[in-house]
Amino acid sequence: MSGHSTYQPKTGIERWLDARLPIVRLGYDSFVDYPTPRNLNYWWTFGGILSLCLASQLITGIILVMHYNPSAQGAFASVEHIMRDVNYGWLIRYMHANGASMFFIAVYIHMLRGLYYGSYKAPREVLWLLGCVIYLLMMATAFMGYVLPWGQMSFHGAVVITNLFGALPLVGESITTWLWGGFAVDNPTLNRFFSLHYLLPFMIAGVVILHIWALHVVGQNNPTGVDPKSKADTVPFTPYATVKDGFAMSVFLILFAFFVFYMPNALGHADNYVEANPLVTPSHIVPEWYFLPFYAILRAVPDKLMGVLAMFGAIACLFALPWLDTSKVRSMRYRPTAKIYFVFFLVVCIILGFCGAKLPDDPVIPHLTTFQLMGSDLNSFVWLSRVASLYYFAFFLVVLPVLGLVEKTLPVPDSIASPALSADAKKG
Amino acid sequence: MLRKLSVIAAAVGILVAGAAGPALANGGALKAKEVHWSFEGPFGSYDQAQLQRGFKVYREVCAACHSLKLVSFRNFGDRGGPFYSEKYPNSNDNPWVKAIAKDYEVNDIDSETGDAIKRPATSADHFPSPFANEAAARASNGGALPPDMSLLAKAREEGPAHIYSVVTGYVDAPKGLTVPTGGHYNPYFPGDLSSAWHGDHKSVPAGGFIAMAPPLKADLVTFDDGTKSTVDQQGKDVAAFLMWAAEPKLEERKQTGFAVLLYLIILSGLLYASYKTVWRNESH
Repeated sequence: MSGHSTYQPKTGIERWLDARLPIVRLGYDSFVDYPTPRNLNYWWTFGGILSLCLASQLITGIILVMHYNPSAQGAFASVEHIMRDVNYGWLIRYMHANGASMFFIAVYIHMLRGLYYGSYKAPREVLWLLGCVIYLLMMATAFMGYVLPWGQMSFHGAVVITNLFGALPLVGESITTWLWGGFAVDNPTLNRFFSLHYLLPFMIAGVVILHIWALHVVGQNNPTGVDPKSKADTVPFTPYATVKDGFAMSVFLILFAFFVFYMPNALGHADNYVEANPLVTPSHIVPEWYFLPFYAILRAVPDKLMGVLAMFGAIACLFALPWLDTSKVRSMRYRPTAKIYFVFFLVVCIILGFCGAKLPDDPVIPHLTTFQLMGSDLNSFVWLSRVASLYYFAFFLVVLPVLGLVEKTLPVPDSIASPALSADAKKG
Repeated sequence: MLRKLSVIAAAVGILVAGAAGPALANGGALKAKEVHWSFEGPFGSYDQAQLQRGFKVYREVCAACHSLKLVSFRNFGDRGGPFYSEKYPNSNDNPWVKAIAKDYEVNDIDSETGDAIKRPATSADHFPSPFANEAAARASNGGALPPDMSLLAKAREEGPAHIYSVVTGYVDAPKGLTVPTGGHYNPYFPGDLSSAWHGDHKSVPAGGFIAMAPPLKADLVTFDDGTKSTVDQQGKDVAAFLMWAAEPKLEERKQTGFAVLLYLIILSGLLYASYKTVWRNESH
């Protein structure tokens, strides 16, 4: 933590405890006195929102497990038992199912904020890497959680995703058999997914502690990307950041509640209300929305193994980001060219998500046939995914490394306080 | 600047999501007919008379082939259910629930002898299924499996409107379409008719073949409340009943949601005021 501790135990009990386990001191230094850049905008409230999401998922999840039956025979019926017979079971389950989507909305905003303001650059590389690990664990947890209701999309989604590992040379088949616990997705698969779905959130919680630890060692980044230099640049975390985070959390909860109470199934798939049947494959298998961009990248590549590698490569780019971006300037606020590439990146991610939800060979512009290239019409979602995937990788592997060396950046302020104090009325 | 950019990105996102929506609906079938439901909107609730009529349609028509496994008789007397009455907060005491349950027989084991027996259902029992198992169901329906109806209204992209459209939407097959034996042409049922179509390959008719013959006929069911028993009315009522069967806690959910949202909006207002107060002397 920056600076020495200013905690003063006031009561006898606090003094007694402080000499034995200074846990109150830790809390005080981390969440009360902790110096926070005074210019943080609302994009910085998503860290707090994410811890709220994690807590909500843990609590609702633990209650769901009290009523859930992890077996291929009973899983689907037990979820419906929760929906119909458990007191407020519908609320708990809808909170958990929609909470996963809310978690991903928040994490994507959190990541894009880090990307825009250069929060991954020295000395925050480890902080960023830990965040990537959390994201990876979240994806694994969400995928396995989606399998648990044992609906049609659960089952066939699990088949598609686990089969991806079969593309690996030599070991692929053994790995899929090992993942399945047999020769097909069945009861053993469901049981191990359930076990891991319960374990991984606690691993996420552990890495979150490391993430916050790393954050408190290097301090928060801020919209200018300039390190705080004096006390004038910061405010104490409490009450300044706590009240702002609290307000943002409350607004986020309004969005969350809107989905839970008024459109609880809008983000899910109707097919998952049909019990899993290995003999009937849904006409169109799609993952949950938060996986769609990666699904599009996977399908953009004609070769299965290369597709799998591209998909994992897309995530690997995030891990390598601190070393791919060569720019000395942290915040894109002072990088006008990078900003344009960033907006294109954002649009490309949305396009990829859109492509992931479509059948690859469907035309982008209806009723228009152009010419065949690599087995597909040029006017098809698979080609749109290809172009978009190319940009996705180019952004990380070409734009960020090269742009940092050639870009003309705007002047960066000397300190946080100087532009902030002088430009009260004019924010940017 | 970032604010402007994010607004643009959000707008693009909404456009894209909006365009993605309808295309995800059942491939090749007509869009479901527009229906107005009493349970739509943030304050929507089930129309109890409609649920009772819908149950009658289910009981006298659909139940011959379709099970309703996840629904118990006692659910009929729960808040929001077709036979809920304030006089009987415990649905097990509800005389309509008891009377309906008694009309059905369920499988049981005689606790004295261990023999398989049939006994009248109680309010705690689930709806008995018309067939003993999937094979029996398929054998009686020309190989097709009538789906369980408990969740049907949620298991279709377009919800109860899809059910209504299918049961009321049968039309004669257009000329040039070879209808297979045991199949029935329905423009609202998803499918791909290109292999059965002998007309212009660019104008393959919408819809698919469904194994179920048109189930509804005018006056097939007599409604106790005097409502005219048209095919359209029967279809609407049974679709509403199936929505209730799929989502029995809908009313409780929407009512709770209103209170929760009100609470959160007030809380957000208070927190915003606190934020403004705390930060009033700090530039940022």
